[in-house]
Amino acid sequence: MDIRLSGVSHSYDDFEVLRDITLEIPSGRIVCIVGPSGCGKSTLLRFIGGLEQPTKGEVLQIGSPPKDCLNPLTYIFQDFALLPWRSVRGNISLVLEDHGIRGARAEAIIADVLARTKLTEFHKALPKQLSGGMKQRVAIARALAVNPAVMLMDEPLSALDSQTRELLMDDLVSLWTRTPFTAVYVTHNLAEAVRLGHSIVVMSRRPGEIREVVHLETPLDQRHYGDSALEEKQKYLWQLMREEARAADAELVHV
Amino acid sequence: MSDLKSNTVATAQAQTRQVAFRGGGFAPASHRWIGALVFILLVTLAELGTRQGWISPLTLPLPSDVLKTFGELYASGLLWAHMSVSLTRLFVGALLGASLGVAVGVLIGLFSYVRAGLVPLTAALFPIPKIALLPLFVIWFGIDEGSKYALIAFGTFTPTVVATYGAVDNVDRSLIRMGQSFNLSWMSIVRKIVLPGAMPGILSGLRISLAIAIILLVAAEMLGAEYGIGAYILEAGSLYDLERLFAGVTILSLLGVTMSATIGFIERRLLNWRQ
Repeated sequence: MDIRLSGVSHSYDDFEVLRDITLEIPSGRIVCIVGPSGCGKSTLLRFIGGLEQPTKGEVLQIGSPPKDCLNPLTYIFQDFALLPWRSVRGNISLVLEDHGIRGARAEAIIADVLARTKLTEFHKALPKQLSGGMKQRVAIARALAVNPAVMLMDEPLSALDSQTRELLMDDLVSLWTRTPFTAVYVTHNLAEAVRLGHSIVVMSRRPGEIREVVHLETPLDQRHYGDSALEEKQKYLWQLMREEARAADAELVHV
Repeated sequence: MSDLKSNTVATAQAQTRQVAFRGGGFAPASHRWIGALVFILLVTLAELGTRQGWISPLTLPLPSDVLKTFGELYASGLLWAHMSVSLTRLFVGALLGASLGVAVGVLIGLFSYVRAGLVPLTAALFPIPKIALLPLFVIWFGIDEGSKYALIAFGTFTPTVVATYGAVDNVDRSLIRMGQSFNLSWMSIVRKIVLPGAMPGILSGLRISLAIAIILLVAAEMLGAEYGIGAYILEAGSLYDLERLFAGVTILSLLGVTMSATIGFIERRLLNWRQ
């Protein structure tokens, strides 16, 4: 299943946030969206998943999701969004219960996703007992449980420290290598973008427009921490963004 | 050279001292026994004072006499007669008021039309001293149990409503977003995300509502009640029987402490997920 955005614009009252975004998200690839803060990249992600509606333009699904897909467009949030009163297992079963999946079938799915995210022995833990990285792995496990056609990741590693971030990036790469998934990955961190993106969409400051789309051909599992070719790309991206980021930083916040 | 070295060592020694600790205090810790200690201290003080005469027996009864009165009350079987009636009134009234209050509060929290309609009404009802309405309730619900239930229920209802919709408002929006993003049904979001998320606020609201229920219990029993702790206290008061008055008041305090402990217990069981 592909996603196509055509001519998406958005404004709150007369405050323009996004301008004429046209973008294709091909199946089986990770598209990273980078941009200075306040450029509307998270808003764009909420449009893609149908949590908000743009004032102009449309978001299209092309083709239908696979049969065993419970929730085609599935988010992974920056703040994890785990229910603090449910255990790791309970948080995952939450998203299965509404599809009538209980008992042995649910157990099988939960055991599988916990194994894939290396959380099997923590299934009884409450979120308050887990570190930030583990919480995000639970959120990833929960997303995997519904077998999404497209994963919508909103700065998933931004709340974590840099070591945990490295570890989780490796986890994401190995998850993708085993079974490639489609993802839109919003981040302000260029290192994440060059590690995980097949293509990187660079946005301008508000009103957000697409400045450039950078494609990376190196397979994900061959990209490593401190790779010089990646550093080059990252430098190039930063040079694209630098002025925008500076200008965005100097802007007054409209609330 | 060696001179220089010893010199640096000397200055280093002269400047060496422990960094003063200044991060103490402002950290609540639990000391259970201190509460009991303060209580015992006060009672002992009253006992000593009245025995030695520097507290006049007109102002304060002997704590040991109060205890004796309490013993007599228990032995005569009247304690249970009073308690059973009062506890039933408290239970029925508070249950009615609190459950209605939680229901209305959740509805206000969920639907903006209900909010627009009922929040001003609750604001108007909240400051009315419910005791002032007792005669009205007697006309509406009769002099028997009905008016007493109604008074307690009405008194617990308004604070519960306010606490509940506040708690629903405070449920983390990002969790609700998450529920929507996983296509959970409206009912599931309310049942599995909104209600558990509002539970801490609802329970702390109940603490206040139940204390109000005890206050109103006494008020309700001041009119047309033969038995009940309120009636007992009122009778003692009009006869100026300080021992019985204090015995009754002690029962009320104990009731309040038990109630608060019960809610504390429920909180620990239900809210063990909190940080």
